[in-house]
Amino acid sequence: MISNFLSPELGHFTLALACCLAGAQFILPLLGNQKNDFHLMNLAAPLAWGHFFSLMIAFVCLIIAALNDDFSVQNILQNSATDKPLLYKITGIWGNHEGSILLWSFILSFFGILFSSFSHRLSFSLRTKIIAILGGCATGFEIFCLITSNPFLRIWPAPMEGQGMNPLLQDPGLAFHPPILYTGYVGFSVPFAFAVAGLMEKNIDSAWGCWLRPWVILAWIFLTAGITIGSWWSYYVLGWGGYWFWDPVENAALIPWLTGTALLHSTLIVEKREALKTWTVFLSIITFSLALCGTFLVRSGILNSVHAFASDPTRGIFILVLLIIICGGALVLFAWQAPLLPFTALFAPFSREGSIILNNILFCSLATIIFVGTLYPSVLQMINGQTISVGKPFFDKTFVPPALITIFFMAFAPWLAFKKTSLKKLIQPLSFMGIITLVIIIISFIYLHRFLPALATGLAFWVIMGALTDFSSKLSLFKTSFKNNFHRMKNLSLSFYATYIAHIGVAVILLGIIGMAYSQQKIVEVPIGTTLHLAGYEWTLEAVQNHKGPNYLATEAILKINYHHKTICWMFPARHFFPRQQQVITNVAIHTNLIADLYAVLGDSKNINDTSPTYILKLHYNPLAPWIWIGGFIMILGGFLTLIDLYNHKIIKQNSKQNMEQPL
Amino acid sequence: MNSLTRRRLLWGLPLGITVLAGGGFAKMLSSLRKGKFDPHKIDLPNLNKTIPNFTLEAVSSPYKNFNSSILKQQTKPVLINFFASWCLPCISEMPILKQLASQLSIWGIAYKDKINMIDLFLKHHGNPYQFLGQDNQGNIGIDWGISGIPENFLIIPGGIIRWHYAKPLDYTAISSLLSLVR
Amino acid sequence: MRLISFVFLLLISFFSIAAYGLNSPNELLPNAQQEKRAEQIGAQLRCLVCQNESIEDSNAELAKDLRKVVRQHIQAGESDKQIIQWMVDRYGNFIRLSPPFNFTTALLWLMPFLAFIIGCLSAFTTFRKMQKEPLPLNENEKKRLEKLMKES
Repeated sequence: MISNFLSPELGHFTLALACCLAGAQFILPLLGNQKNDFHLMNLAAPLAWGHFFSLMIAFVCLIIAALNDDFSVQNILQNSATDKPLLYKITGIWGNHEGSILLWSFILSFFGILFSSFSHRLSFSLRTKIIAILGGCATGFEIFCLITSNPFLRIWPAPMEGQGMNPLLQDPGLAFHPPILYTGYVGFSVPFAFAVAGLMEKNIDSAWGCWLRPWVILAWIFLTAGITIGSWWSYYVLGWGGYWFWDPVENAALIPWLTGTALLHSTLIVEKREALKTWTVFLSIITFSLALCGTFLVRSGILNSVHAFASDPTRGIFILVLLIIICGGALVLFAWQAPLLPFTALFAPFSREGSIILNNILFCSLATIIFVGTLYPSVLQMINGQTISVGKPFFDKTFVPPALITIFFMAFAPWLAFKKTSLKKLIQPLSFMGIITLVIIIISFIYLHRFLPALATGLAFWVIMGALTDFSSKLSLFKTSFKNNFHRMKNLSLSFYATYIAHIGVAVILLGIIGMAYSQQKIVEVPIGTTLHLAGYEWTLEAVQNHKGPNYLATEAILKINYHHKTICWMFPARHFFPRQQQVITNVAIHTNLIADLYAVLGDSKNINDTSPTYILKLHYNPLAPWIWIGGFIMILGGFLTLIDLYNHKIIKQNSKQNMEQPL
Repeated sequence: MNSLTRRRLLWGLPLGITVLAGGGFAKMLSSLRKGKFDPHKIDLPNLNKTIPNFTLEAVSSPYKNFNSSILKQQTKPVLINFFASWCLPCISEMPILKQLASQLSIWGIAYKDKINMIDLFLKHHGNPYQFLGQDNQGNIGIDWGISGIPENFLIIPGGIIRWHYAKPLDYTAISSLLSLVR
Repeated sequence: MRLISFVFLLLISFFSIAAYGLNSPNELLPNAQQEKRAEQIGAQLRCLVCQNESIEDSNAELAKDLRKVVRQHIQAGESDKQIIQWMVDRYGNFIRLSPPFNFTTALLWLMPFLAFIIGCLSAFTTFRKMQKEPLPLNENEKKRLEKLMKES
């Protein structure tokens, strides 16, 4: 009954309604602001809620159409089938272009209500402007969704069966990857709106920075999680053990992540010192623009990418126009208003402010390298017709050295005090750390035989030591009593820990990457019962079984893993054959002890009808591989702790304010 | 110019870059639509150069085999067509090739194929080829720089590659090809 | 100069993870050292039919053929440079995942330095300006100043 009511037509209608509401959310509050009409300005939040609810209905309608296998809806027809598992019927909604744009708009509207619920103490006009600008961005995307990529279009006559979904996408990791990644992208719309609204107000102060920070951190957390999950997905799905390919789609996520990380640091300076204001505004605009630009490039067909969406130049033109309106409009405002923002705070070059400027330069350079590298082949071909490729080897050469330099500074930059730091104080602990690092580099060179991995190992420990040094000096460790140490530890702010936890996360990722460079692998063709030796483990192919999955036929190998003649685990690498798409997907088996991964892939089989069939097995031993993703989640933990800290601070501030206001 | 205007111009720099980039993207998209710009295109270094030396394996008796020296001795332009019986776009290309065969001699190279399959394919779809050889291992294809099937090369007298088309032939490709032949 | 090229060689060798597109042990060279070299060369060459993968990573038929060619040339005793040049002679620079440094790619290769230098320079000039001259007052501030002056 309800599912009859929630038809694709209702979805189509609510999408159009949402578009109108978003338009109203954009125009009315700004008009109210112009005319000083409080009633109009007050409409911002209710309109944002209306916008959110109507998009939610649209989204639910699409999910219901997918669950009902309504193949008269073109989008469902092209991406679903009756035998597709339930989970993928739901998550398949955002596995294609149309659905993903709907999801994108939905998340954008969600950020609208999230912001309006958590910003009551922000100045009224700034708040309404921000909601309005979020509405403006959403309008553009919803018009785009309605005109060129409508997921609710019907076709007639409706076929009995759908065309099914790319088997590669039928994976739990990828099911939740897009929403998280999009939340990251779209999350940067709030800082963008803050920047534009701040420029319109001509007033950017520490309160602006203070309110901006949690939103930047929130978006950053999701983008980090999205990239981490994406990298993990390619590690275990693509079946060749790589985790980062410098593919344009990956770069499109990494570029806003890099500028977003720069923004994360520079907002701190705006909040604490009211410096770097113009730059922070610029970064906020650019980060969101780059996130949009990534979407545009991926969907326009300009770039060569593995994960190509059905690319379409018409859609490309539409997103391009949208991009130019949003990003160009903000930059016009920036060029006009930013020079009016006054410089305020002064600081010495050797200070926290100075270190964050260096951080921003380095992060923006890294982003530039990737941006230019990704676009260079297309631009060059456009200019003089030359065709070149820019891929992994190029990025490994150009990106890694500056990234290592950035990590070098990361260790001690947070030590620096605001305004001015005396270098003398730094020299002693730094030289102490430097000596230990040198020793680590030499020892690891003996073990690793290569210079750069040894250097990188040293750097990872350098970062960890940087955190420990500051921690012990904050605690006055070994200088006062143990009780005093403990007391000091309790008084340290959560954000102190958060900073170093995030930085240690980077060190852990670095160690993981180094470990992966020393992976061992073996490719063999063996009959059942063979025992293979790799990295001290004994891998025995015990049996191979066939069974039937919901929409595939599986061939599964059973591997027994022994270590020193003791069975430690069983692994089940498999191949899934999807008859509808006539496609074989390898299902990698991974056994991890958090220090190393055992990674097994089942390849082709030969002489299957013979008495002794043979199977191709690819076995990998990937030392420290899980650390790449563990490190990512440590960084995210750092982000969360900062968010909690900011939230607590706001509550404390609020309480103290109330206490002060109360008559004694 | 006062300092404010100067600063505004300076801060307008990102805007300028964005507009420039936007214009560039728009141009890319429009030429993508017109088919002038293709990110997958590979320009071959052997264009306008002499063909590589090769000897092909014979298919079977009714089809005449050829090699690089025969091709170099030709006094008229020749279209070299790489094809395979297992390739679907090759089937769609066949009618065009047969029409073209009246105006231009077409020589075929069967890429990684089997003799009986080639025979069946040509019996079923017609034979536009004057000469036919096969590249069993795909090594000759690599020497020519092909990246997919079908691919077409125009060889002018002296054995020089004059024109290359890496997609199934269509009528626009044919017209540019024929203008070169004349 | 030799030091720089040494560092670059180290960089190249660092993140090159070995082959995974290989799907049969028959493809491997018996000599482990030669096989490693083949994998390193293959990682530098682009699979032409795929989008952005190296021939070592790709399962495409042509990539497989090219892998075989690389291995044959290694066994014939050719140097890495010769093998890559052999590929470039046939497919142009498109096949190199890391383009050669020349006039048209100079901007690409110099970008890391350029971006960093431009960043530092602009930070430096802004910093100098900030220390030297406080900005002229804007309209609001002027009005406020006048008001304050009058009041006093």
